[in-house]
Amino acid sequence: MSGRTFRHSHLLSIGQLDRDDVTQVLDAAEAFVEVSRRPVRKVPAMRGKTVINMFFEASTRTRTSFELAGKRLSADVVNISGSSSSVSKGESLLDTCKTLDAMRPDIVVIRHSASGASEFVAKRVRCNVINGGDGAHEHPTQALLDAFAIRHAFGTLSGLKVAICGDITHSRVARSNAALLGKFGSEVRFCAPRPLMPSGVEALGVRVFHRLEEALEGVDVVMLLRIQRERLEGPLLPSLREYSRTYGVSQRHLELAAPRAIVMHPGPMNRGVEIHPALADGERSVILDQVEAGVAVRMAVLYLLSGDAGTRTPAQAASIAPPGN
Amino acid sequence: MLDAQGIGLIIRRMAAEILERTRGTRKLGFVGVRNGGVPIAARIAAEILQIEQRTIPVGSIDIALYRDDAASALPDLKLGPSEIDYAIDGWDVVLIDDVLHTGRTTRAGIDALLDYGRPRRIWLAVLCDRGGRELPIAPDFAGCSVQVPPGYVLDVVAGGGDTDRAVVRKKSEDA
Repeated sequence: MSGRTFRHSHLLSIGQLDRDDVTQVLDAAEAFVEVSRRPVRKVPAMRGKTVINMFFEASTRTRTSFELAGKRLSADVVNISGSSSSVSKGESLLDTCKTLDAMRPDIVVIRHSASGASEFVAKRVRCNVINGGDGAHEHPTQALLDAFAIRHAFGTLSGLKVAICGDITHSRVARSNAALLGKFGSEVRFCAPRPLMPSGVEALGVRVFHRLEEALEGVDVVMLLRIQRERLEGPLLPSLREYSRTYGVSQRHLELAAPRAIVMHPGPMNRGVEIHPALADGERSVILDQVEAGVAVRMAVLYLLSGDAGTRTPAQAASIAPPGN
Repeated sequence: MLDAQGIGLIIRRMAAEILERTRGTRKLGFVGVRNGGVPIAARIAAEILQIEQRTIPVGSIDIALYRDDAASALPDLKLGPSEIDYAIDGWDVVLIDDVLHTGRTTRAGIDALLDYGRPRRIWLAVLCDRGGRELPIAPDFAGCSVQVPPGYVLDVVAGGGDTDRAVVRKKSEDA
């Protein structure tokens, strides 16, 4: 066991990880939680390594959390956002990435609105790639940090019932979480009004609900997703108020869940829409624990991927088996 | 080479030596280097509690993130949390490990410790000194000295059980 190394060069999806991989990341993250709590919040593990955060989509917590994670590992961290980069001058994603790759970073974190963007890039660059969220596809580090918070609350990831409620159609968080928790034999329930529930999600192994009261019956984890205001302009939802009335979760709903149930939200929250403010600030809420776990989990991912960072040629990179198995 | 009884004797002697040399120090704390040093630190502290009814705080540190080969070595998956729950500023801290060899682990341990504060003094105590130093580091307390020929390793188990031992054995392929 001691000789076993993390067997991945990229983190593109939860699909590529098996249970042991997930456990390795979460175990390493335990050590990194401590680093962030002590007076000197920095260890020299990634001294001399370079991490580029490329965020083509708006993000506060994920970007900040990756930036702090890299800095607390002593890596040099550069942040690039879509609006301030050459992308706004029309450069393609691939050209941007190849240009940056030529500057020899060790790890690039990519957030992009197109599903599969990070995988597309990973096959064509030398450096290691982390998916920081790609379209409605995956957000693997979010699922890992959620798993960390859940494991912290229950001591296990197996045999739990987890309800994920909100805009499932547009949620990479829901997809990544369902993939991860499914691996450990927990029951994942998706709950959304029909227009926000994509067809065919049963294939992910989840149970589909349209009534909140049914979905929350006996669950250990209530995970709420943001209703993305930008989607409301379309025909999917009649109004915010109507959504809040039928799908907004309050203390009353929590009584349907298991007595020890926890409340999670990946943020950013719309207080009073998908989550009642009292619930968000209540004692069952682990929302801020999720944020703290985010830095630790991302430190673990950066650390584990840094083993062979920057040492591969693009050809070698291309020969690495694609994720998804 | 050493059985459980022999290791127990050495630990008792180290406790007495540490007390003798640090006499008059009010703020004395131990930090075990994970994983091997942690049980040894706890056992020396237990001996001291017995000898002088004095409780010495014991912490642990993991040096994986401070290794000097961190940039080239593969990530260490045995990485564990460090726990030092006393403020070490101004304290005399005894860094405790099972085996002292190249000195690189100790160097990393000192660096790690300094990220928790500024001790008045750092001492180094090891159960076995096997020689082969690659850095200018010397132990203040060494329970025993062992010659380990090239191609051999020193295995130490010192958790306090009946199967405790220190043995020199040929390096195996998978080690």
